[in-house]
Amino acid sequence: MLSPLEIEALSLSLKVSLWAVAWSLVPGVAIAWLLARREFPGKALLDGIVHLPLVLPPVALGYLLLVLFGRHGPVGAWLHDWFGLNLVFSWRGAAVAAAVMAFPLLVRAVRLSMEAVDQRLETAARTLGAKPARVFFTITLPLTSPGILTGVLLAFIRCLGEFGATITFAANVPGETRTLPLALYTALQVPDGEASATRLAVISVVLAIAALVASQYLARQVARRIGLA
Amino acid sequence: MLEVDVTTSLGALTISAAIRADSGITAIFGPSGAGKTTLVNMLAGLHRPEQGRIMVGGKVLFDSQQQIDLPPEQRRLGYVFQESRLFPHMTVADNLSYGRRLVPKGVAGADYDAVVGLLALTPLLDRRPKTLSGGERQRVAIGRALLAAPRLLLMDEPLANLDVPRRAEILPFIESLRREFGLSIIYVSHNMDEIVRLADQLVVMAEGAVVAQGPMAEITARLDLRPLTGRWDAGAVLSTKVAAQDERDQLTRLSFQGGDLWLPRLDLAIGAPLQIRVRARDVSLALTAPEDISVLNVFAGEVMEVGEDDGPQVDVLVDIGSRLWARITKRSQRELAILPGRKVHVLIKAMAVDRSGLG
Repeated sequence: MLSPLEIEALSLSLKVSLWAVAWSLVPGVAIAWLLARREFPGKALLDGIVHLPLVLPPVALGYLLLVLFGRHGPVGAWLHDWFGLNLVFSWRGAAVAAAVMAFPLLVRAVRLSMEAVDQRLETAARTLGAKPARVFFTITLPLTSPGILTGVLLAFIRCLGEFGATITFAANVPGETRTLPLALYTALQVPDGEASATRLAVISVVLAIAALVASQYLARQVARRIGLA
Repeated sequence: MLEVDVTTSLGALTISAAIRADSGITAIFGPSGAGKTTLVNMLAGLHRPEQGRIMVGGKVLFDSQQQIDLPPEQRRLGYVFQESRLFPHMTVADNLSYGRRLVPKGVAGADYDAVVGLLALTPLLDRRPKTLSGGERQRVAIGRALLAAPRLLLMDEPLANLDVPRRAEILPFIESLRREFGLSIIYVSHNMDEIVRLADQLVVMAEGAVVAQGPMAEITARLDLRPLTGRWDAGAVLSTKVAAQDERDQLTRLSFQGGDLWLPRLDLAIGAPLQIRVRARDVSLALTAPEDISVLNVFAGEVMEVGEDDGPQVDVLVDIGSRLWARITKRSQRELAILPGRKVHVLIKAMAVDRSGLG
């Protein structure tokens, strides 16, 4: 049904997106908590930086990543020297690009959900003898779980569609960084590529819809399980 | 039991309170905005006083001079909030165990089965807070606070969100807390009926300050507090004991300092203590001992104080061994020359004593 090249692009897309979301999850929840529950100098700046990928052209962001994480960039050189890691031309680079692009969506969803958690419940837990860390893990986090789930799925869908930052930063390497959108773009660059481009577009649409439906279903299930809906 | 002397400011209001409370139930009474909740929050460590000292059961929880300020989780004061604040993602059983698991080693907590039994929570254990009624939620909240082995239980208007039948359902549970677990309670309310029924001691607050504190009967008898306590249908509190039951006439005899009072039959055991509130408007005065009247309760006494009021009526404080208020018209007061020192007879109609104030 699917050609080997299509399967390669599809599985690469899933792999890159999964890793991107996995890397973003803990820092995403931590930053959402900082923004939702803490007051500190530079909060507005942090908020701005987190949201930058939403407003910046993806290509510009990809270029910024290249400057920072490229072989001679400050972070890239360090990663190469210490860990032998190369992000450019590698699926890891594609995942970093996707993660950065999807990060604001994740943080936003978690933050909104966390702000909706009744802080009076957290105080009640304190009076029952719970230290702040225990309150976070037993009250705040479980009650935020529908928002975390929504954020994760939104970010995942956003990662599946990532194009501009990925092609600029990680380039278009078959089997390494050529995800579905990149494969679709490549198909359009060759003569008589419309047929395979159409097939890739259909795959993308089906994948996106499936992820959206799954996200809504899961969010409802989780909300019901924690007694909110 | 409790020694507090704290000051803080909340917007334009300065809250300054010095309170000493013995064990038992201490009610904090006052109009809304008097600073009651802020005071309780300072005890619980949820609001930091600007200065002062808080000591509970010999343990210093806060002392601005010694820079002691224990966080709420180390104070071990149970807090029952007005809105029960149950954790929605946990079952009733998990809510109950939340604080219980965190009781420090070596501290004897209340027995789980005893608490669940006393508050009649067994049928609720597997349910979610969302599916409970308001009264059930408050019972779970009380149980949850109790199982955290508190030094003292704070209750901030725990019945305010409930309708009257639900309140009547919860009150006996609160009464039994002290009896069964020997727990001292700080009970915040602006409902005098609840306070009369529960409290041993009363603290009256107004505009951020403690206006009066002391035993219930003493505070409710004070005329100078009338503008504050008088907001609730004025009356005095009598501490009584059930002395006898008359099955034939369906009456109960209560004995108190000053005599015996007959009331419509109460379903209580002989010897049971009972605080009742006798409203001033249900008490009348006579100069001679009345004969051939239907009123069952007549006491000889002496006028102690005559209030001043703008209206056509006046409140008179009479000592009959205990203190009672009588509300009479100014005309009667003038014509009968009711003045301090005058010997009078006090008439209380048995049917008049407010059942809502009874146990």
